[in-house]
Amino acid sequence: MAPSLSTAVSSLLLLLLLAAAISVSSSPPMPEDSIRVISAEKRIDLTSPIVKVFLTLKLENDATAPEASQVLLAFTPTEVEHLAIVKATRAEGKRKKKIYVPLSVKASDLAAAPNGARLYSILLSTPLKPAEVTTLEVFYALTHSLEPFPAEITQSDPQLVYYRDSAVLLSPYHVLEQVTYIKMPSNRVESFTRVDPTSRAGNEVKYGAYNNQLPNSYVPILVHYENNRPFAVVEEFVRKVEISHWGNVQITEQYKLKHGGAQHKGVFSRLEYQSRPSISGVPSFKNLLARLPPRVHSVYYRDEIGNISSSHLRSDSHKSELEIEPRYPLFGGWHCTFTIGYGLPLQDFLFESDDGRRYINLTFGCPLLDTVVDDLTIKVVLPEGSTSPQAVVPFLTEQYLETSYSYLDVVGRTTVVLKKRNVVGEHNVPFQVYYEFNPIFMLAEPLMLISAVFLFFVACIAYLHMDLSIGKS
Amino acid sequence: MAAATALDSLPAPLRSLRLKTKQQELLLRVSALALIYVLAFVVRLFSVLRYESMIHEFDPYFNYRTTLFLSDHGFSEFWNWFDFESWYPLGRVVGGTLFPGLMVTAALLHRLLRALSLAVHIREVCVLTAPFFAANTTLVAYAFGREIWDSGAGLVAAALIAVCPGYISRSVAGSYDNEGVAIFALLLTFYLFVRAVNTGSLAWSLASAFGYFYMVSAWGGYVFIINLLPLYVLVLLVTGRYSQRLYVAYNSTYVLGMLLAMQIRFVGFQHVQSGEHMAAMGVFFLLQVFFFLDWVKYLLNDAKLFKSFLRITLTCVITVGTLALGIGTASGYISPWTGRFYSLLDPTYAKDHIPIIASVSEHQPTAWSSFMFDFHILLFLFPAGLYFCFKRLSDATIFIVMYGLTSMYFAGVMVRLILVAAPAVCLISAIAASATIKNLTTLIRTKSKSPQTVSGKSSGSKAAAKGAVDQSLPFQQNVAIALLLGAFYLLSRYAVHCTWVTSEAYSSPSIVLAARGHNGGRVIFDDYREAYYWLRQNTPSDAKIMSWWDYGYQITAMGNRTVIVDNNTWNNTHIATVGRAMSSYEDEAYEIMQSLDVNYVLVVFGGVTGYSSDDINKFLWMVRIGGGVFPVIKEPDYLVNGEYRVDKGAAPKMLNCLMYKLCYYRFGELTTEYGKPPGYDRVRGVEIGNKDIKLEYLEEAFTTSNWIVRIYKVKPPKNRS
Repeated sequence: MAPSLSTAVSSLLLLLLLAAAISVSSSPPMPEDSIRVISAEKRIDLTSPIVKVFLTLKLENDATAPEASQVLLAFTPTEVEHLAIVKATRAEGKRKKKIYVPLSVKASDLAAAPNGARLYSILLSTPLKPAEVTTLEVFYALTHSLEPFPAEITQSDPQLVYYRDSAVLLSPYHVLEQVTYIKMPSNRVESFTRVDPTSRAGNEVKYGAYNNQLPNSYVPILVHYENNRPFAVVEEFVRKVEISHWGNVQITEQYKLKHGGAQHKGVFSRLEYQSRPSISGVPSFKNLLARLPPRVHSVYYRDEIGNISSSHLRSDSHKSELEIEPRYPLFGGWHCTFTIGYGLPLQDFLFESDDGRRYINLTFGCPLLDTVVDDLTIKVVLPEGSTSPQAVVPFLTEQYLETSYSYLDVVGRTTVVLKKRNVVGEHNVPFQVYYEFNPIFMLAEPLMLISAVFLFFVACIAYLHMDLSIGKS
Repeated sequence: MAAATALDSLPAPLRSLRLKTKQQELLLRVSALALIYVLAFVVRLFSVLRYESMIHEFDPYFNYRTTLFLSDHGFSEFWNWFDFESWYPLGRVVGGTLFPGLMVTAALLHRLLRALSLAVHIREVCVLTAPFFAANTTLVAYAFGREIWDSGAGLVAAALIAVCPGYISRSVAGSYDNEGVAIFALLLTFYLFVRAVNTGSLAWSLASAFGYFYMVSAWGGYVFIINLLPLYVLVLLVTGRYSQRLYVAYNSTYVLGMLLAMQIRFVGFQHVQSGEHMAAMGVFFLLQVFFFLDWVKYLLNDAKLFKSFLRITLTCVITVGTLALGIGTASGYISPWTGRFYSLLDPTYAKDHIPIIASVSEHQPTAWSSFMFDFHILLFLFPAGLYFCFKRLSDATIFIVMYGLTSMYFAGVMVRLILVAAPAVCLISAIAASATIKNLTTLIRTKSKSPQTVSGKSSGSKAAAKGAVDQSLPFQQNVAIALLLGAFYLLSRYAVHCTWVTSEAYSSPSIVLAARGHNGGRVIFDDYREAYYWLRQNTPSDAKIMSWWDYGYQITAMGNRTVIVDNNTWNNTHIATVGRAMSSYEDEAYEIMQSLDVNYVLVVFGGVTGYSSDDINKFLWMVRIGGGVFPVIKEPDYLVNGEYRVDKGAAPKMLNCLMYKLCYYRFGELTTEYGKPPGYDRVRGVEIGNKDIKLEYLEEAFTTSNWIVRIYKVKPPKNRS
């Protein structure tokens, strides 16, 4: 550990110097230069495979500056790559009547930050007046930011991971006072970088308080600790929603699952796994929980070669929980693919809007708890004959239309495809697809069947009354 | 009749809706047939309801894989497919070594359903192909029964074959095997041929040739047709039943059938060159000679002259024929009979000469119990049916008698050929059942003196005359009723038995094992798929898997990995090499595995669950097959006083061979049953003899949750220092 720590410290110093040099030499004019962070608290939750960061920023606008309509957040390039979601709220009102107003966050196109850092801007609902103080709560989640080290472990080893971040808050603003807390799942912590003052209490490490940090300061830290939570990563998730106006919404979800933690190496011994579960294969997982909507019916769980017989469904009036077990326990680097399908009553999801259009209201994201989805696709297959579809999703997604064919389709069904990368549990929010549909199309398929049967009988009658012989014998 | 009188009182327009007797009979017949059709399909769905819609057993997985390939890549590529994933490093010319009928049928059905815009998966089509064709077989059985006896017998035959366990065993949903469509094709060919013989029509003969072509494309069992037809013709010739109709039927069927059959790559020129097909050709020439002689006899019109002519011609023909056959065989132009064919004629042949055929359980001679199990009352009705057939001999009944007798013989030789006998047994039994019941009902009806109820067709003048004579016998009506009730009781027992057998014995997919748990609930052992899916997901895509050949098809289909040997046992030496590796010490086996680029070794082990058809129980066959090619492997080395054991008293070679080590690796530390020492094998019922197994060249890669499948990784060779 010693050499890696020393290199970490030296690189830290270098970076610090570099950051300071850059901030001094070329501090470009910023529109919101006037804002100062009075106090900042950064709480990093490392208990699950997804890194969750809660930031509390107390901001003050300069007395002489103009009104500020946005607040900037800075992220390093690696963080931007793994950033799944950023949410911000602003506390409004005094003590007792304090309410949190959600604010919209978008990637800023200001290329003003040094070292390739990217800025995100929080748009304030009411501009920050000169000398006004406000508090912002920011939440963001990072995926794939825990690096297993050692990268390969045997069946009996626990899983150790690295987490890299900065002790001080990376911010385009002057930070007057700041603390960082890092919370880990257990107190089995191998090592952590010390940037005084640094203290550790049980499973929590505290950095700070640091005073008077210049804009864009960065002090790299490295935490090495044990994390045996299931690193379930869904590499590809495709959900197909088929709407039938005869009363059913059929959902089919395809998963390509991977254990994203440290690679399993060497022997897999079933004997060890069965007889010593507490020390053997701790980072592996063998079941997952999917939270499905209530009143779900005809649930199935299968893969390319057939049903997987190990799953349990518990449902009550609020939710249904499907506990699924892959065919084999997943160790680091192991893959498995499967499909879950279920039906839902149409009246719970399909509504009519004020302008006469219909819309289906569904939940975005993947129903598996505590998983990262690298690549998510949602296909909403509208009934045959529906027109002018329009999807309303509260965040940015790639959208396009295609046509799919199913039972007895002639012209095909309009399908709305939504795609998003890097999806976490916080994305499980409702979204809507609006479309126009004439109920007369519902009768098309039954009429086709009826006419087919009718024609068959007509053909039989005609055959019985025909004489096909050439000559009279 | 009450209904009829009620109808009479109806107004005139409605009265015209009343059916005539003939129409009533037709309606009854069609609805009975429709019900039988549905029943034949539905009774085969037990496996889907009990388990799931999946492909069963071993060979069907190959068929499924090839069907997928066919529907994905098209026929041309399928026909020229060279499969690198099996028989590594040899590969297999799949297009030229399979019967494509089944795959083409399923792919066409799938395409048809798609064209009707029914979005079904090809797997569902494959799973339901066998039940669909079984249902079609009932229609053919009806037509066949009508052809040889009457429509009543046809209906009974259709009903019997719909649920006959001997046939169901190979045609439940999911058993996607050649036999599924082949029995339909077989019966269709026979029916069309009998029809052609009865009518002498060229159209029926050609139809029969096309039926034969379908059969050839579907199953190797077509050899049975191509030998039974000439035998039948020969019997007709000998019994003096030669006719122009026979001449037309046989010649056109044979010539066209032969040409069509040669289009199948797997058959090709074998059809004119191999010993199995010679009988058909011989009879073809014989018929020409016969026809020629007949003609000459007609021309000469002189008995004495004809006799000398006959003598000369016959001598010439026999000499030429024997010479041709002799030269052909000697020069190798006509290939000798294959081992499989020999083993049919001589049941002990395979046991002595071809262990690979003898090792398959379905190639064993049939036990009486399985005859009873598969045929039930048909076993008693069959001789009765033969009696009826002999009583009313015709070209058609002679055919069915011959079909029944020969197929019964083959069914006795090999368990799996019960399937071929099933249609014949059903037809002949149907004749017995139908004729008996008809006689009994005629008796009852003539007694009750209501002649208008007897429908015109069923009361033959013979039966009526018989009834008149029999009126003198006492208690005749009562006895007839009792016998009738007995017959119905038997038939209902048959129905009950068939349903029970289907649901209990023949609907298990054998991939998924089910057992009863302690509390009476059903426990599922899904270990095979667990292991195959693990292979599919977590090994390099070019990994080579070595296992005993039984699992080859499943590994390639479900695991999507290359195997060394599989169920297409075309190369005995390759299989023997694997057998040798399994029965050698680890270091010797390692060399063999290195030479075959093996990455993983898969063994099936039932010691934990008590699953008895595992590799330890199959091991002696590996030794025998391996020893058949490599004399280093000697069976006695693995036995102690001729006894096969795995406990402490086992032979030292047994305790240290690769198969033993892989099956029992770390098994000695596991307690399988309460009150038994650790390492207690629940299949063999003994404590294993070698509990301290160390592996040097392999390491455990995966073991399924019930230990049924164990996969080992072959370590790369050590660096040379």
